[in-house]
Amino acid sequence: MLKLKTTIAMIAFVLLAGHTTLAQTDMDAIMMSKKQLCIGPMYSYSSWKNYWEGTLKRENLNIGTVSSNAYSLMGAYGINNKLNVLFGAPYITTKASAGTLKGMSGIQDLSLFVKWMPIEKEAGPGTFSMYTIGGVSFPLTNYVADFLPLSIGLRSKTVSARLMLDYQVNNLFVTASGTYVFRDNITIDRTSYYTNYLIQSNEVQMPDGSNLNVRAGYRSGKLIAEAVLNKWTTQGGFDITRNNMPFPSNRMNATTLGVNFKYNVTKNHTLAIVGGGNTTIAGRNMGQSTTYYGGLFYVLDFSPKQKSTSTNNQPAKTN
Amino acid sequence: MKKILLSALVVSAAVFFASSCSKEVISLTDDTAALQPANQDLNAGTWKPILLTAPTDIVVAAPIATNTPEYRAQINEIKSFQHNLTAQEKTLVKYWSAGAVLRWNEILRELVAKHNLAPYQKDDGTYPFPDAANPLAYPQFPFANPPYAARAYAYVTASQYDALVAAWHYKTLYNRKAPYNVDSSLQVLVPKNTLPSYPSEDAVVAGAAVEMLKLLFPGDQDYIQLKAEEHKRARIIAGANVRSDIEAGEALGRAVAQKFVARARTDRAGAAAGNQALWTKLEEDTKARGETPWISQESPKRPPMLPAFGKVKTFLMDSVTAVSLRPGPPPSTSSQQFKIETEEVYQMVKNTDREKIRIVHFWADGVSTATPPGHWDAIAAEDFIGKNYSEVRWARNMALLNMSLMDAAIVCWDTKNTYFNPRPSQVDPRIKTLTGLPNFPSYISGHSTFSGAAATILGHLIPERANAYEAMAKEASLSRLYGGIHYRSDCETGLVVGKNVGNYAIERARTDGGE
Repeated sequence: MLKLKTTIAMIAFVLLAGHTTLAQTDMDAIMMSKKQLCIGPMYSYSSWKNYWEGTLKRENLNIGTVSSNAYSLMGAYGINNKLNVLFGAPYITTKASAGTLKGMSGIQDLSLFVKWMPIEKEAGPGTFSMYTIGGVSFPLTNYVADFLPLSIGLRSKTVSARLMLDYQVNNLFVTASGTYVFRDNITIDRTSYYTNYLIQSNEVQMPDGSNLNVRAGYRSGKLIAEAVLNKWTTQGGFDITRNNMPFPSNRMNATTLGVNFKYNVTKNHTLAIVGGGNTTIAGRNMGQSTTYYGGLFYVLDFSPKQKSTSTNNQPAKTN
Repeated sequence: MKKILLSALVVSAAVFFASSCSKEVISLTDDTAALQPANQDLNAGTWKPILLTAPTDIVVAAPIATNTPEYRAQINEIKSFQHNLTAQEKTLVKYWSAGAVLRWNEILRELVAKHNLAPYQKDDGTYPFPDAANPLAYPQFPFANPPYAARAYAYVTASQYDALVAAWHYKTLYNRKAPYNVDSSLQVLVPKNTLPSYPSEDAVVAGAAVEMLKLLFPGDQDYIQLKAEEHKRARIIAGANVRSDIEAGEALGRAVAQKFVARARTDRAGAAAGNQALWTKLEEDTKARGETPWISQESPKRPPMLPAFGKVKTFLMDSVTAVSLRPGPPPSTSSQQFKIETEEVYQMVKNTDREKIRIVHFWADGVSTATPPGHWDAIAAEDFIGKNYSEVRWARNMALLNMSLMDAAIVCWDTKNTYFNPRPSQVDPRIKTLTGLPNFPSYISGHSTFSGAAATILGHLIPERANAYEAMAKEASLSRLYGGIHYRSDCETGLVVGKNVGNYAIERARTDGGE
């Protein structure tokens, strides 16, 4: 019942972009069946040497390569076949390979999503489905946001709304989604900061963000393999000025291209491995990061009926 | 179809709900009430100026009488402005009514923050220097680092103070009433008072600032002139000044500031960056004493920040006295004490906690900030607002604070470049830092010296806050140890040296006629 093919590739973003999508499960067209809990650990490594200072691509000899490790626990639960709840939270460490700045570490944000599939119907040669996903995220600890690029996150509480469409013919599919992320203001440890002007407050206005995600590939009960294009755009914010440090309310944009796979190891689909990676192909005020991840998922069945069988191991939508 | 509609409705409702929350951040002084001085300090024309020999050094001509057609025309100008007040004009009046010295201090802090960025290296690995003659070319002039900023704050506030002392002299000499006290039918948008309005204290402050900033921030003239125009207009719109009040005040402010500009051009700050010969000499002299010299840990190696700033002319004391405030040497880099202190820094960072990081970042005042002197100006301004000072007292107290901060920078930089000792992370590469590593020698801590000086003079000016200022200074000082960039002795000695500098400001405060 491993419907959670997910990646936390987005964690890499958080380091410099900070939108809190953790599990790409919230961006895929797969639902857990009723009373099934899919849960597991995930590891992700992300690093960048070059970054965009505004739109200018550069390196920084006093930072070197910035890397991060993220250890997450993620899961999805089927309230019913059309309504799922997803969650995830990472522990993150960061490090700079040059200069004196100390890396940071800590538990970052909890992300929660409700995923609803109101429509699933035959259309032409395949199946069309539509999803709405609502999400919230908030920091679990009092970690430091204002120490970029070594902060583990941006601390902003978010509310997100997403519309997603999926079309599958046999084992080939394409999924597209658009998301708007509302970001709450944050507070930092100092009482004054400069953006395009001086602000005497410890509160920082965080621009909202939007995300476009397109994915396509092969999907069956046993294996999912897909290519993913993702474009995160901050709706506002300011550019890093020449030789300045990044700031949480920068206009951080990134387009990444990557691949994901999920493979069901066991015959009854209770255990799966997931993995993948992505690289940044365009950006602004962000590191040009490359990310690799891998994880395990285990399915627990809380339904009163008998334990999972091969028939209900198919993604619900393809049943 | 129904489900699609429902989904669309849910999404748009969520969007509407979330976007209806206002996220606008209110700055600390956005809503500061109009300045309504408890005491107009009518004797301030007799206070001791800093550079002027007498308040009459600059001649201000007698104003036209209030019963002349010319004066009447100026009253009518106010009325015509007020006839069609726009929302933007009302905002301007409100903004500037909070106080002229306050607002120009904030503008200066903003300019410092904008320009507090170290230049990026050239292709050959050397660093370019900002050029005052070509301020908008990269790297823009100035690099408003802490010593530069300390000097800027001091000159601007000191020139404003001298210009206001002269203004108060002429106010009491000519005793021309404010327009609303001449024409009672005039609408007034700010609190009324009985202070003679010729020359305008607001225009004096703006004029002095504009003239000083031509030298200090030559590439930002468009912004500065715009602010000055708005300031002057706000006072006319408000009915607080007629045009001749403004013009006389502005001319006086500019003329007084020109004397400070002349001083600034010859105060040796222009040579503070030094040259390769000096940088090498500082290093070699330190080795010759048997000590480990400071070496830049930036890549590529950057020359030390303004190593000859210690030679700049002080405001509160003569240069011989300034040198006498230099403390004895730090623990030798080969001593046991040095090893112990280095280990303490390592342990401090290794075992840091959230509260210590908060303190480090609260006081960091690094890149793209108003610097530690600007932070202390902000602390002072917040308290001065509550005191309802007259503009002349605002300027006096700001000048006392900022002359202390500039002289603290001078004594501190003299000390740093006399001993030229290494940062903790240079001698122990295990030491990582929780804030940016400053690119100049360690002993003594600049933050500690600034904070010691600021807390001392502020504690004199507002005695009931003396303990609070001292606690802040201690915290600012220790923040540098917590951050992994200073040894304890840098911090402790820095505080003492700062206090000694601050005492010279107290000495001046006691004898300048203001208390």
